[in-house]
Amino acid sequence: MSVAVSLRHRQGAFVLDIAFESRDLGVTALFGPSGAGKTSVVHAIAGLLRPTEGRIAIDGRVLLDTRAGIDLPAEERRVGLVFQDARLFPHMSVDDNLRFGWRRAQNRMDEPSIARIVEMLGLGPLLARRPAKLSGGEKSRVALGRALIASPQLLLLDEPLSALDAARKAEILPYLERLRDEASVPVFYVSHAVDEVLRLADRVVLLGDGRVTSEGSVFDFAAGEIGEILPASGAVIDTRLESHRDDGLSMLSFGGGVLAVPRLAGLLGARLRVRIRAEDILLAREEPRAISANNVLAARISSLKPFGAEQVDVHLACGEARLVARITRASVARLQLRAGEAVFAVVKSVILDPRALRGTNTLG
Amino acid sequence: MTTLSEAEIEALLLSLRVSSVAVLVALPFALAAALLMARRTFPGKILLDAVLHAPLVLPPVAVGYLLLVVFGTRAGLGGWLYETFGIRFVFSWTGAVLASAILTFPFQMRAIRIALEAMDPGLGEAARTLGARRFDRFWNVTLPLVLPGLVAGAITAFAASLGEFGAIITFVSNIPGQTRTLPLAIYTALQMPGGEAAAARLATLSILLALVFMALAGLAQRRARAYYA
Repeated sequence: MSVAVSLRHRQGAFVLDIAFESRDLGVTALFGPSGAGKTSVVHAIAGLLRPTEGRIAIDGRVLLDTRAGIDLPAEERRVGLVFQDARLFPHMSVDDNLRFGWRRAQNRMDEPSIARIVEMLGLGPLLARRPAKLSGGEKSRVALGRALIASPQLLLLDEPLSALDAARKAEILPYLERLRDEASVPVFYVSHAVDEVLRLADRVVLLGDGRVTSEGSVFDFAAGEIGEILPASGAVIDTRLESHRDDGLSMLSFGGGVLAVPRLAGLLGARLRVRIRAEDILLAREEPRAISANNVLAARISSLKPFGAEQVDVHLACGEARLVARITRASVARLQLRAGEAVFAVVKSVILDPRALRGTNTLG
Repeated sequence: MTTLSEAEIEALLLSLRVSSVAVLVALPFALAAALLMARRTFPGKILLDAVLHAPLVLPPVAVGYLLLVVFGTRAGLGGWLYETFGIRFVFSWTGAVLASAILTFPFQMRAIRIALEAMDPGLGEAARTLGARRFDRFWNVTLPLVLPGLVAGAITAFAASLGEFGAIITFVSNIPGQTRTLPLAIYTALQMPGGEAAAARLATLSILLALVFMALAGLAQRRARAYYA
């Protein structure tokens, strides 16, 4: 599954000049400040904005090629778009909204798949209601379901959480995480919120001033290694729930070791993304034995980057995972830390959202 | 006072027929004009807007006179229609329909336009990304959403049409059973000695009809608001 986008568009004084490619399923975050051109990019991909020049193809299916004179209308692109403001049809029930695109699709999704999406998004109790009777969070979920049930080849989410308050956001994020893990459609997620990107994205394309300033994995993004815009915020690690121990801990495995966390309610095998803040990692030269922290990981220093005047971000490779420890310049000197050397990372705390425990089934 | 004479019932039925047909005839034009004015920008839009609203402010007698000039059997267009298709407006109830349709067209156009402008333009974009083409979007998204406005506009136009006098009497005269609608019947009654009672009956009837239909238009609007809000 590959999506290739290259666009040039002039809108008054603003020039958009963007090219990026996404090769896998999963969530690609288009991240950048307001005015970076994010919405223009998704509208151009959806066919709602005609760029001055450009080419857009999904798995070789050309949606737009201004040189070849190809410009599929939005209604033929099979690109789902979830707008900031949901845009549900007010004269239709939730069920009719959900089936609007489905009724017009060439290859209609089968009923069991629809039922799974309805279940995944918790829409069952809402089906007979009209949009006017839904909360903001419910509207977002219906809009998401409506786009998915139309079986798009690419799903664009244009800041779907920006119109919601913090409580509603927290309510929707787990659904988006399930979407990422269960839907077999690539997702472009437009956002200017670091937190959402860290929780949802697999890859990040940084946009600034109408250009792609940098791109990379969410792990690079968390480690502050792309963009140079944001300082490292820590580590993002995708783990698997391995076992529940009798001592009240659950074990999460990842390609660099095992993390012990307070007992989780999830099924074994479930996938779980955890975050470790740079401030929550201590470094030791020798393996500490008598210590209260549950997690001590063997790691290798990949680089050291100054953070402000007094601190240093020590980037670590821990198997496949990357961690960042923010320690003082003095500590770096005292421990004589240099790139390439082995250290032990003492993890003080792991951030995880218990509701983020995800199943392992896959949507067709 | 309580029972209507045969001639009065005839006038009432003719009024209802002329007004319903006038509303139906004007509706497609009102819808097209509303779509044009609500969705497009073009040079001369303000001028066209004035022309489309003119029936509201022109003296109806002047409109009737203009219709006579254009559609009279000896006039250019009217003569051609009569000779080619046998269509004659003057002295016919169809002429009353034409006059009423033109004069009440702005009521329908305005109501539909307001409903169109109140509609979230983003819904059309959402429908496009879900595979709905132009006519599909019009039929399944735009039309249902402007329907309450359209119905309210049609009812208002119908009620206004029941009161049309000047244009009808000027264009198609005052012929019992053909062009003598309720207002013309009131006028006729007043011209006759001892016709005051008939005039009062018919005037009361006209007022009642107007009030009932305006209430219906209001009800349609309110139901729609409760439904979509």
